[in-house]
Amino acid sequence: MVQVTYVQHDGTAHEVDAPDGHSLMEVAIDNMIPGIDGDCGGACACATCHVFVDDAWLAKTGEKEDMETSMLEFAEGLEANSRLACQIKASADLDGIIVRLPESQH
Amino acid sequence: MSQAATKPEVSAIPDPYSVPLEEIDMGKAALYPAQAHWAYFERLRKEDPVHFCESEEFGPYWSITKFNDIVHVDTHHHQFSSEPQIVIGDAVDFQPPMFIAMDQPKHDVQRKVVTPAVSPVQLSEVEPLIRKRVGNVLDSLPVGETFNWVDLVSIELTTQMLATLFDFPFEERRKLTYWSDVAASGPQVGDDSMTEEFRLQELTQCLEEFNKLWQERKAEPRKNDFISLMAHNPDMQNMDPMEYLGNLILLIVGGNDTTRNSMSGGVVALNQNPAEYDKLRADPSLIPNMVSEIIRWQTPLAHMRRNATEDVELGGKTIKKGDKVVMWYISGNRDDEVIDRPDEFIIDRSKARHHISFGFGIHRCMGNRLAEMQLRILWEEILKRFEKVELVGEPVRVTSNFVMGYSHLPVKLHAK
Repeated sequence: MVQVTYVQHDGTAHEVDAPDGHSLMEVAIDNMIPGIDGDCGGACACATCHVFVDDAWLAKTGEKEDMETSMLEFAEGLEANSRLACQIKASADLDGIIVRLPESQH
Repeated sequence: MSQAATKPEVSAIPDPYSVPLEEIDMGKAALYPAQAHWAYFERLRKEDPVHFCESEEFGPYWSITKFNDIVHVDTHHHQFSSEPQIVIGDAVDFQPPMFIAMDQPKHDVQRKVVTPAVSPVQLSEVEPLIRKRVGNVLDSLPVGETFNWVDLVSIELTTQMLATLFDFPFEERRKLTYWSDVAASGPQVGDDSMTEEFRLQELTQCLEEFNKLWQERKAEPRKNDFISLMAHNPDMQNMDPMEYLGNLILLIVGGNDTTRNSMSGGVVALNQNPAEYDKLRADPSLIPNMVSEIIRWQTPLAHMRRNATEDVELGGKTIKKGDKVVMWYISGNRDDEVIDRPDEFIIDRSKARHHISFGFGIHRCMGNRLAEMQLRILWEEILKRFEKVELVGEPVRVTSNFVMGYSHLPVKLHAK
């Protein structure tokens, strides 16, 4: 298990355990974290699981693929630390990761 | 479109299991107003989910009918090009370029220019205005008398919204409805009610009027309407007139036919499923979830078309480079491998947002948030005012393999 903290736009933090290999979008949906939609089910195809990765963890989440970069254009309030949660898989390297959520995904 | 509305000849359409599989051609527009397409798609999903057919009308093409296969095609945009055309038929000689029918990188550049007009921030600013207009339209309706919901509500509201997005002269807003209908009709979508020459002539008039607006907006400071955003953007300032027209058509049709028919579709769905209407009256907080369910159930645009740029294996078949590929969203939304009890309209369905009506990938509907907001406000304001919007006759549907629409919906309002 990998510990993940989701911080809602209003500052509410949710600390959850993520099974290895599950995406941070799936983990958010499974734990009913408000503010992640994941309309496409994890195909990197709708940009409704936009998160801001805490700087300390950003490099460890790896490089974005072209598709993710294209889809992020759909998201509101894009920042340098913007990622799609469906493209970040829980792993031991990311234990303790903090991601912040935008005000709304849709 | 509304001009093409005809009474379906149900008897002329054979049972799908009496037709040889290879002869099934989902491009036949007559299937749709007769509602005969459901059974045909069900057979294809079961027996031949990636289906090839030699169509007399549209030439050879592949039909993709299962949800996950559609997502695959939609997300592999390098293998499945959107150029030159995103509907099943090929234009004869009139085909203005528009960014929905462009690949990267040009698609991304042009799309990005106009998205601020429908951003969440912009939408929250226009929400009070939309609510006021919806209220005005609903308050003007006759209670207890039969009238056409399509004309007085669905068309009126979507047209008012379009006029706002373009900052188009408000009194002349029905011109937008007309151009949208003309643009989305024609032989490419199986409609023979107007010729290509007629469409060209009407849309040239559309371009002339929008050219005047472009010049005006260019001379004024930049605002957040579609025309001003384009006129002030360095990437679009030297756009060819036909490309300007193409992108106007895209934005007009995209914001018109789709939401209009979901506004009508919701009335049809709730009347066909009275227990769901009861659920809604008992708990209006279900509206946002119901809005997604209406958009799935209606699937206002039945398909999008691609062209293979290389040989691709899909569902055990080989799609050859250059082949035409049609993703049938209307079928994907009824795929029971992905959607539980897909033929039922369930307003409190779980994962209601997981539908394919907006498409997925880089061409996903850019107005999806606006569409959801318009539908949410409409139903919130209806519930405040009326006990029931009762469907009192048969809906009249348009003949198209692309727009899943209604031209006439006779309803009667019951006061609260």
